[in-house]
Amino acid sequence: MAPEPPLLTMSGITKSFPGVRALDGVDLDVQAGEVHCLLGQNGAGKSTLIKVLAGAHQPDGGTIGWRGEPVTLRSPIAAMRLGIATIYQELDLVEGLSVAENVHLGHEPTAAGFVVRGKAAKASTAQLLRRLGHPEIDPARLVGELSAAQQQIVSMARALSHDVRLIVMDEPSAALDPDEVDNLFRIVGDLTADGVAVVYISHRLEEIRRIGDRVTVLKDGRAVAGGLPAKSTPTREVVALMTGRNVEYVFPERPTRGPSSEPVLRVQGLARAGEFEPLDLELRPGEIVGLAGLVGSGRSEILETIYGARKPTAGQVSVDGRTLRTGSVRAAVRAGLGLAPEERKAQALLMLESVTRNVSVSSMSRFSRGGWIDRGAERGAARAATRELSLRPDNPSVPIRTLSGGNQQKAVLARWLLRGCRVLLLDEPTRGVDVGARAELYAVIRRLADEGLAVLLVSSEVPEVLGLADRVLVLREGRVVHTAPARELDEHRVLDLVMEGSPAS
Amino acid sequence: MTQPVSPPRGSTDKVPPMSELPAWRTLAARADVRTLSLLGVLVALIVIGGITKPDEFLDTRNLQLVLTQASVIGVVTVGMTFVITSGGIDLSVGAIVALSSVWATTVATQEYGFAGILFTAVLVGVGCGLVNGLLIAYGGMVPFIATLAMLASARGLALQITDGKTQIVTIDGILKLGERDSYILGIPPLVLVFAVVTIIGWLILNRTTFGRRTVAVGGNAEAARLAGIDVRRQRLYLYLLSGLCCGIAAFLLIILSGSGQNTNGNLYELDAIAAAIIGGTLLSGGRGTITGSVLGVLIFTTITNIFALNNLQSDVQQIAKGAIIVAAVLVQRRTAAHST
Repeated sequence: MAPEPPLLTMSGITKSFPGVRALDGVDLDVQAGEVHCLLGQNGAGKSTLIKVLAGAHQPDGGTIGWRGEPVTLRSPIAAMRLGIATIYQELDLVEGLSVAENVHLGHEPTAAGFVVRGKAAKASTAQLLRRLGHPEIDPARLVGELSAAQQQIVSMARALSHDVRLIVMDEPSAALDPDEVDNLFRIVGDLTADGVAVVYISHRLEEIRRIGDRVTVLKDGRAVAGGLPAKSTPTREVVALMTGRNVEYVFPERPTRGPSSEPVLRVQGLARAGEFEPLDLELRPGEIVGLAGLVGSGRSEILETIYGARKPTAGQVSVDGRTLRTGSVRAAVRAGLGLAPEERKAQALLMLESVTRNVSVSSMSRFSRGGWIDRGAERGAARAATRELSLRPDNPSVPIRTLSGGNQQKAVLARWLLRGCRVLLLDEPTRGVDVGARAELYAVIRRLADEGLAVLLVSSEVPEVLGLADRVLVLREGRVVHTAPARELDEHRVLDLVMEGSPAS
Repeated sequence: MTQPVSPPRGSTDKVPPMSELPAWRTLAARADVRTLSLLGVLVALIVIGGITKPDEFLDTRNLQLVLTQASVIGVVTVGMTFVITSGGIDLSVGAIVALSSVWATTVATQEYGFAGILFTAVLVGVGCGLVNGLLIAYGGMVPFIATLAMLASARGLALQITDGKTQIVTIDGILKLGERDSYILGIPPLVLVFAVVTIIGWLILNRTTFGRRTVAVGGNAEAARLAGIDVRRQRLYLYLLSGLCCGIAAFLLIILSGSGQNTNGNLYELDAIAAAIIGGTLLSGGRGTITGSVLGVLIFTTITNIFALNNLQSDVQQIAKGAIIVAAVLVQRRTAAHST
C-alpha cells in the first residue's frame, strides 16, 4: 500500500439533537477505491453520520479531512462539489420529471447559460445507464413510472453524473431482488476499480462479506471498531461489537404470576400482500408481546393494520371475541385499541396544541354534552392522566412542542389511558427519547400492563424488546421466523435471526 | 382491567384555568399580541378616517354603512375561517352567494314570500356546500380543485337563472329590513345577524368538540385519524358550514340591495381568505381565530370606505389591500418564529 493520505477522514464527529446525542465522537477513514461498510443497529448513528457526510447536517464538533485537506461540508452542494454523492434509502427523485431530467437536476447541460440541452442530457444519461448495466431504461421516461429498483439505478446515475470520488449507499439492497443485487455489486466493483470509494450501509452481513473491504461498527453514536477486515472478522465478533453496550438500560421486573388466560386481542391470519405474511397472534391482559425486526420487516405495517389504519388483504382482528371491521381506525379505537405510532410528530401529536388537548383528543365525548366541551372537566382529566404517568412539566396547559421526546410519548400514552384503552400498540416507543428517560418509560409501560393492559411492542432495538416483553416474535421480511418467551432469547440470537433469517436449531 | 381515569369531581373549582400563570400573562394569552395589533390597526384607520374626512367618516350613517357592508362578507369569512382552520380552502363562496341570491329572488320563489326567500337562500348555500364536501371528503378531490369547479358551475347557473338581469325583490318584509325604521338601537338588523353568526362561530370553534376536531384535522390530519376522529365526516361538515354561511350572506345581500344578481359576491373568496389570513388563521391549518377574521373584515371594509370618501379609485384600494396582506403575514411569521 502506498502511504497515500486517506480520501476521507472524519474524526471526533459529534452531533446532538434535542434530547439525543446522535453522534458522540465518531472516527471514520475511507481509502480511495475501497468499499467501506458501516454497521450498527437502528439508532446507532449511521443515518446521522452519512447526513453529516452529505452536508445535510452540520456537526457540532470534530473535523473532516478530504484528500488530506480539512474541509467544511456546509451544504449538500458543497459536498457534491468535492465529489461526495449520497444515495439515500428513501430515494430523492422527482417523480414527475424524466430520467434524464432527474439525473441532471441542478446541473443541466445548457446552451447560452439557461436553455436546457435536452438531447445532450439524454445522451449522457443513456451512457451512464449503460455503464450501470441498465441500457433498457429510457432516459425520456418519467421516474414515477419506474420500479423501485430502476429508480435506484437512476439515483446512482445521478450520483455518477457528477465527478464523484465517494459514493455513500444507504441500504441499497433493501428494495432489490437477488439478481438486481448481483448487478448492484457488479456496479460497486466497477466503481472501486476506477478508484471511487464506496461507503456501504447494510444490515445484511453476507453482503458485507461479499463486497466489503473494511468495516466500521457504530454503536450508541460511537465508532466501537474502525477498519476491521470485512471478509475475515468473525460474525460473533461483529455482532458482539454491535450489541455490547456501555449503557445498560434498567428494565422493570416481570410479574411472577402469568397473565390471565382469556386473550383480549386475537389476530387471525392477518396479512397485507407485499408487506407481511399471514400472522396469528393472541394478546392477554397484563402481557407485553414484542415484535423484533429490522426496518422493512413489516413491523410497523403489522401494528397499523391491526389498528385499522391499513386495510388487510386477508385475516381478521377481534377484541374480546368480537371481530372488528377491518380498515377502520374508529372501530379499533371504540373496541379499546390505542396506538402510539412510530413517527410521533407526524402521526400522533397536534404540535400547535397544548398537552391537555393532545391528551383529550380521543375522548372528547367524555367531557362534552351535546358537543359542548366542559373545559374544567377536560383539564382535570388530562391532569389526572398525565400525573399518573409523571409527565413533566406538571402543567398540561403548556404547548406540547415544548416537551421532551419522552414526555411527548407519555402524553400519547396518557391519551389512551384517558380513553380507557385495553390494548396498547407501541411502535418504537423510545425513538427520540434520551437514554435517561427511557428507563422511566419502560417502567410506565410495565405498570400499565400490570394494571391489566395488553401491550404489543415494536422496536428495532433488540435489548428493548428482550428487556420489556414477556414473549417475542422475531420478524424478517414480513414473516415471523421465531417465537419464544423473552427469557429464552438473547440479543445475539435475535440479531442472528433478523439478519440471517436462518433459525439455527 | 384498567379503568378510564375519571376527572376529579369539582376539579373546575380547584384548578381554575391558567392558574399557573400570573394575571398579566393570562390577559396576554387571552388577547394575544396579534389580536391586539389588529385592533391597533383598526383604531389607526378610524383615526385616519376621522382626520381626513371628519364630518363624513364619523357620521353615524357612514359607520352604519361600514358595518352593514362588513356584515355580508363577514358572515362568509366566519365560514371560511373554519374551512381554512381545517387545512382546506373554499374558492366557491362568492359564486355560492351569487347563486343563492338569484335562486332566492326568482319570481317563483318570491311567491312564497319572506320565508321562501330565506329558506331558498340557505338551502341553496347548504346544497352547494354539500356537493363541495362530498367531492372533497369522500371523492378524494383537492379542496382547491373541487371548490374551483363549484365556483365556475355556480356562477354559470346563476347567470342561466337570471339571464344577466337584476331580479328585483317585491316582498315588503324583506325590503323593510334594509330601511332605517328597522334599526334596533341604531344598529341595522344585518349587523345583528353578523354579530350573532360571529358569536356562534366563536363558540363552536373554541368551545365545542366540532371546533376541536376542526383544529385537529387542520393541525395534523393523520394524527387526528389515528386518534379516532372521523376526518372525512368532519371535512364534509365544514364545507356544509361554509355553504350555510354563504346562504345567510346571500340573504343579507338580498336585504341590502333589494335584489338578486348573478354578479353578486364577486371575488368574495379572495376577500374572505385575505381577512382570515390577516386575522391570524393559518393557511396551512391547525390554528384559526374568529376574532381575528372579524377584525380583518372590519379593517378591509374601513379601508374601502375611507378610500371611497377620499375619492381614491378602487385600484389604489386593491394595492393597499395587497400591501396589508403582505405586512400581516410577515408580522405573523415573525411572531411565529418567536413563539417556537
